[in-house]
Amino acid sequence: MRQVLLGLMVLMLGATASAEETSIYGLNFKDGAERDRYQALISELRCLVCQNQSLSDSDAPLAQDLREEVHRIMSGGQSDEEVIDFLVDRYGDFVLYRPPLRRSTLVLWFGPAVLLIVAVFLALRTVNRRAQFTTELSAADIARAEQLLAEEPSSAVKGQGA
Amino acid sequence: MRFRPFAPLLVFALIGAFLWWGLYLDPRLVPSPLIGKPAPAFDVPRLYAPDQRFTEKQLQGQVSLLNIWASWCPSCSIEHPFFNRLAQRNELPIYGLNYKDTVRDAKSWLAKRGNPYRAIAFDADGRVGIDWGVYGAPETFLIDADGIVRYKHVGPVNEGVWQEKFAPLIKQLRSGESS
Repeated sequence: MRQVLLGLMVLMLGATASAEETSIYGLNFKDGAERDRYQALISELRCLVCQNQSLSDSDAPLAQDLREEVHRIMSGGQSDEEVIDFLVDRYGDFVLYRPPLRRSTLVLWFGPAVLLIVAVFLALRTVNRRAQFTTELSAADIARAEQLLAEEPSSAVKGQGA
Repeated sequence: MRFRPFAPLLVFALIGAFLWWGLYLDPRLVPSPLIGKPAPAFDVPRLYAPDQRFTEKQLQGQVSLLNIWASWCPSCSIEHPFFNRLAQRNELPIYGLNYKDTVRDAKSWLAKRGNPYRAIAFDADGRVGIDWGVYGAPETFLIDADGIVRYKHVGPVNEGVWQEKFAPLIKQLRSGESS
């Protein structure tokens, strides 16, 4: 019983911490909505040092610098788009965790799907072509086959055992 | 000679060629969007003359280098002898951006290794670095006489890199200037 109570208390402590917490990474936000907007934004931005982590996950010093920078820009009242433009102007498209859809990334976005369609098409074509090689036997062919099967083994293979 | 049986072999050879080419690429390199644009503005104190300011205006008037370095950066130690030699050859002015360092550590690092820089911008909190898209020291920028960023090299610069990447571009920029 004591353990159940203890467990409940720990759970409640956790619950109170998250809903109204307006300070994360040592940065302050004016309300939960701002904090959520910030969290969403930094999850979509890449850490340039640990390049397979977002700004929200990475421990690299540059990631902390960039988190502070994003916070600074947001506190100035700027929009998500302005934060993204700020970083893309300095670091290029690679800072976006999801590559933007541009002419230069068309192959990246659609290449796999196109390759899959081509591969499926070629596979189906090959299978169908192979299927064409089964033929119907004509009556003459069937008669000849029966004749061959009824014959004694030819002299060429005599002597190969009983 | 029928073509069709060789199709898989040819596809393999094509993919193999791309993969081979890929072995020589560095996936961690981030291309700079600053190439061809004016050098980002900044205004910070100079390392050895903190009462004086170092701004992007100092990078105008001639082809110059801006080398991002720090005392905590081991690769910067590796490339530093090259910059000392380059400074002695007097080919072009070399400016430094001391990135996220302390005055004491930076000065003692230079005292031990030599100072090839005409002037050093002291970027204590790294905000200038962010404006220049710095993500890992050392980085070296080549800026032309009009203050336009022409090339960025990430990683240590050595004689090989210099001859292959910097020297031809500098020659080209300078011959463009005099015309």
